[in-house]
Formats: sequence, C-alpha cells, structure tokens
Amino acid sequence: MTDPVISIQGLTKRYGDVVAVQQLDLEVRRGEVFGLLGPNGAGKTTMILTLLGLTEVTSGTVRVLGLDPTRDAIEVKRQVGYVPDAVGFYPNLTGRENLRYTARLGGLRDAEDRISEVLDQVGLTGAADARAGTYSRGMLQRLGIADALLRRPPVMILDEPTVAIDPEGVARILALIRSLRDEHGMTILLSSHLLHQVQEVCDRVGIFVGGRLIAVGSVEELARRLAGGRTVIEVGVAGDASAAAADLGKVPGVDKVEQEGPLLVAVCRQDVRPQVAAALTGAGHQLRHLRQRESHLDEIYHRYFHEQSN
Amino acid sequence: MSRATEVLQRARGAVAGLTRLRTAAAAAVDRVPGLARVRTAAGAALRQVRSRTRPPDVLPRGWAVVARKELADHLHSARLFVVAGLLGLSGVAAVYAVGGAIREVAPLASEAPSLFLRLFIIPVENTPFAFVNLVALIGPLLGIAFGFDAISSERNQRTLPRLLAQPIHRDDIINGKFVAGIAVIGMLLTALMAVVAAVGILRLGIVPSAEDIGRMLVYLVVTVAYIGVWLAFALLLSIVLRRAATAALSAIGAWLVFSLLAGLLVRMVAGVFTTEGTLENLELRQALSWLSPAIIHEQITAALLRPELRTLGVILPEQAFRQIPGELPIGQSMLLVWPQMTALIALTVVMFAAAYVAFLRQEVRV
Repeated sequence: MTDPVISIQGLTKRYGDVVAVQQLDLEVRRGEVFGLLGPNGAGKTTMILTLLGLTEVTSGTVRVLGLDPTRDAIEVKRQVGYVPDAVGFYPNLTGRENLRYTARLGGLRDAEDRISEVLDQVGLTGAADARAGTYSRGMLQRLGIADALLRRPPVMILDEPTVAIDPEGVARILALIRSLRDEHGMTILLSSHLLHQVQEVCDRVGIFVGGRLIAVGSVEELARRLAGGRTVIEVGVAGDASAAAADLGKVPGVDKVEQEGPLLVAVCRQDVRPQVAAALTGAGHQLRHLRQRESHLDEIYHRYFHEQSN
Repeated sequence: MSRATEVLQRARGAVAGLTRLRTAAAAAVDRVPGLARVRTAAGAALRQVRSRTRPPDVLPRGWAVVARKELADHLHSARLFVVAGLLGLSGVAAVYAVGGAIREVAPLASEAPSLFLRLFIIPVENTPFAFVNLVALIGPLLGIAFGFDAISSERNQRTLPRLLAQPIHRDDIINGKFVAGIAVIGMLLTALMAVVAAVGILRLGIVPSAEDIGRMLVYLVVTVAYIGVWLAFALLLSIVLRRAATAALSAIGAWLVFSLLAGLLVRMVAGVFTTEGTLENLELRQALSWLSPAIIHEQITAALLRPELRTLGVILPEQAFRQIPGELPIGQSMLLVWPQMTALIALTVVMFAAAYVAFLRQEVRV
C-alpha cells in the first residue's frame, strides 16, 4: 500500500541561469492526497511539468508509476490526469464538445456515456451543452477535472485548483477531490499557494519555497515539529488577567505564559486543559475561554518561510 | 379574403391532424412492450459489433484528431467567408471580364492555341491583374488567415497545457494544424478553379481540352504548395510571437514585401552590383529572384498556363530570330519549371520544419 506512485530524486531544473527547482526529493504514496504548498514562483508548476514529461529535467530522476516521463511520455500521460493552472477550454465549443475532443485524443471508444458520467460526477450536467465561454472560473475548473477523469487515470495532478474561485466553488472542488480519493482510490497531487483552503483535504503536505522542499509531513506533524513538540493553550478569564497568569504558570506542565490582548497563551509540554481549568476555577477565576490552539497551515507556512529566509 | 381564410383554416386542421397522428403513433410504439425492447437490444448489439470490429486499445493517430477538429473550426469560422468571398469575387470577376474581351476578338483568333487558358493569364482591361495574378496576390492571405493564431490562440485560451498533457505526441498538434490548413486551402482553391472554369466555359462557349485541364490541375497543386509556404510561415509566427495581432501584422508585412515589392527589390539590388541593361544584370536578377517564393510561383504559373513559353532564361534577339512559334506539351512545360517546382515544395518543407522545431523546443510556459 505504501509503494510510491510518484518518486523524485535530486531533481534540478534550470531555465537559463534561473534555478526553478533545486535538488528536490519527494515521494507520493498510493491513495493519498499530497499538497504541494508554496508561494507563487516557488517552482511548483515546473515540478509538475517534469512529472508529465512536458519539460526536460536538468538533472535528477523522476518516476511516475515506475515510468520515466521523458522516455515513456505517452504512457505516463495516459495514466495521469492533469488539470493545469487556470485550465482553459475552447470557448466556442460546449462543455460536452470540449470533452469529446479530449476523448478522441485519448482514443476512448464509446465515449458518450463516459462523458455524461464525468460531467455528472463534477456536477456540470445542467451546463454541459452551454458554450464553455459562458462558464465561471469554478465551472471551468470542474470541467477541467472532468476532462482529466475521462480516461479513468489512477493518478491526478491538480495545479492550483482553487485559485480565483468563490468559497462555495472551492468547497465543491475540495469535496470532489476527497471523493476521488475515498471512492475511487486515486492518488492526487495538488499544488496551491492558498494553504488554509487545501489543508483539510491533504493527507500530507510539502512546503515548497524557492525551488526547495523545506518540510514534508502531515499538517499535525509539521505543527508539532514547529512548536518543538509543545502544545499551545489559549485561556480567557473575566477580571484580573495578570493574577490568572501567575496562577496559570504554577500548573504543572506549563512552561511559559504570555499575554496576547485579552487572552493568555500558555505553552505546555502536553495537553493540560483539564488541569488548567481545575486550577483556575480553584483559585477563584471565572473561566470564559479555553482552547487548544490548532496548527493553522498558514502559520506553519509563514514560520517555515521566515526561518528559511533568515 | 374569405377564401384565403378558408385555406388557412384547412391547413391548420391538417397540421393538427398530423400532430395527433404522430402522438398516436408514438403512444402505440410505447404500448407494444416488445418493440421498445427490440430497439434497446438492437442498439446494444450494434454497439457490441462496433467495439468488436475496432481493434482494442489502438491509440488514434493524434494528428488526425487534431486536424479534424481544426478543419471543423476553420469551416465554421468567419475568416473562411472573408477570404473565400475576397478570392471568389475577384477571381470570377476577372475571368468574366477577360472572357468578354476574348469573345470580341474570338473570330479573329479562332485558330489560336489554348484559347481557354488565356482566360487566366490575360490582364483585365485597364488593370495589371489577370486571374493568376489575383490568386498569387490573395492566396498568401489564405495561408496567413488559417495560421497566424494557430498556436498563440491555444496559449491565450490556456488550452495548450491541457492539449499537451493528452496521450499524443507533441508534434501531432502542429502536424494536425498544418494538415487542416492545407486541406481548407485546397478545398477553397479547387472550388474556385471549378467555378471559374465554369464561368469561362459559359462566357467563351468552348470546352477546355484534356491537356488544358491537366495544366490547370498542376497549377492548382503548385498554388496550394505556394500558399503552404505562407501557412507554415504564419504557423511559425504564431509559435514565436505570443500575440496574434503581432503575428498577423508581421505576416502581412512579409506578404507585402514578397508579393508586391519583390520584383522592385530584386531590380534594385541587381542595379547596385551591375549595370542595368547588361547580361550580368539580367542573370543576377534571375539568381536573386530564386529567393522569393512569389517569383518562383509566378514563373511556374507562366510555364504551365502559357504552353508557347519555351524558356524562362535570358534570350538574346539573335537566338529568337526566325523561331517558329509552337506549343510545348504539358510534360515539357513541367520539365521547364521542374527546378522551380522542386524549390517551391522544398521551401514549404523548410518553412514547416522551422515551425515544427520551434514548437517542439518551446517551453510549455512562455
């Protein structure tokens, strides 16, 4: 179950003097959603293009399903569904006609049923016979996913699937991605610079900055690593906050207490919320707020990004 | 008035009756359960036979799929009507006018050989343009029209990365686009020649001989090849230049230089290096004219449609002295311009090869 679907070793790609990707190592396992996260211009799209054999690597090896994308380009492209960044369709053709062209290019026989099926899967049955020129960005993105699904690929690569789409559209696309993994067992690699949007669907993420992959792991793992294995707890009390801070500091397991506006923030060795609650109410404070701070990916990403640039 | 109303009412009644009949028929089909089942079974059987007769898992020839789509696009495009209208109107008008002029002198020239071909090469009164000149002038615009945004439009519509990620070879895209362009140009020119020949037959009242038809067909093929040079050139521009407008402007600029000014430029350059009126000057001019596809095409046209033409080289008056006028057979006329025909086709190939290499070497993201 853990055999790598995508494996990259020592990948470097230069455009003239510009290094787009530098010494990249990455493995994407079967059946997982892997999020490639990083700011614009980090080299995400370049890396994806090398996976499809659409651009040549300067050095290093790339394998997709055990195949070399530059040598077995057609076989790789048959097995991988690709939805490019800001995917486009022929505006004069309807959504269905656009898919029909893709089906012909892919050599699909009896494609009409399959086309209706994928259109239904992405929720575009109603708009299937309208010209693609009238579609919204979110609809185009979903049509892009339908287009990539036509050939039933075991692997799907989505480049910036949520950019320039309204929140409702984003939710639909994320739900779609989740169902592709859960119901169809697909392996999905997606790239994004909008971290909070995609963190919930990613099993693992890689933080990609300046052509380098600086951290790989699940969102929780990355957060733990960042916090140095500590848990952060937010506490809010009515009345004297500084007295409460002093009491909070005495709770075993709490290493440090800081005041952030109306809140007290305690850095702890583990989750000591029950002890904190007991101690504070025992000392006569009115507890109004108690919450373990979640590892927000934006935060992780900013922290990593800053660490990297310093 | 009342009669008209009566007729109208009767017609309405008939339509209503027919509609009722159709509904009843559909209901009857639905009521027979076997019939619907037979239809479904037949459909399934047909599908099965179809999938069996086709070999499994054969990848389609990608270029053919691309060409088919591009051809459909061309045939539905507004630009097809623009160039077809331009070419058709000017061509038919030229042949009609020349036909009239020939008719007036026809009794005097009833023995003149290949009178029919004269339709295409005699200039229209008060203009320097014969039919062939108009085709040579407007033809390149066809090539430009069907090529200048071939790749850049895929880029601007953001369909190129998706297209490249399909399981086809990268060159299938450019090959398909070129084939579709050549096909639509061939269709247009064939239709034009057919219409123009028909107009000529009606105007002159004479039917072209088999040899005349042969010459016209070779002319047709050569002209498609000539326009192919421009199509390939426009394709190249659509790859190199991101904006379609820039590509169109560049292509039209080149068209002006090569179609209208080529003769002038050749004369000027030859005049710089040699003295005008000398043999060297003429020979240099001839050598330079090999650089222009327009001049090569003009020479081939002349040899094909003027059977009496015996050489394209420089003839001194003493060489032509007491020459007996006569006509060459089609084979000999073709032999006369064989190098030019080879050069034209080579030029098309070279130009397309340039576009091909540019497309294959270009990064997906530009």
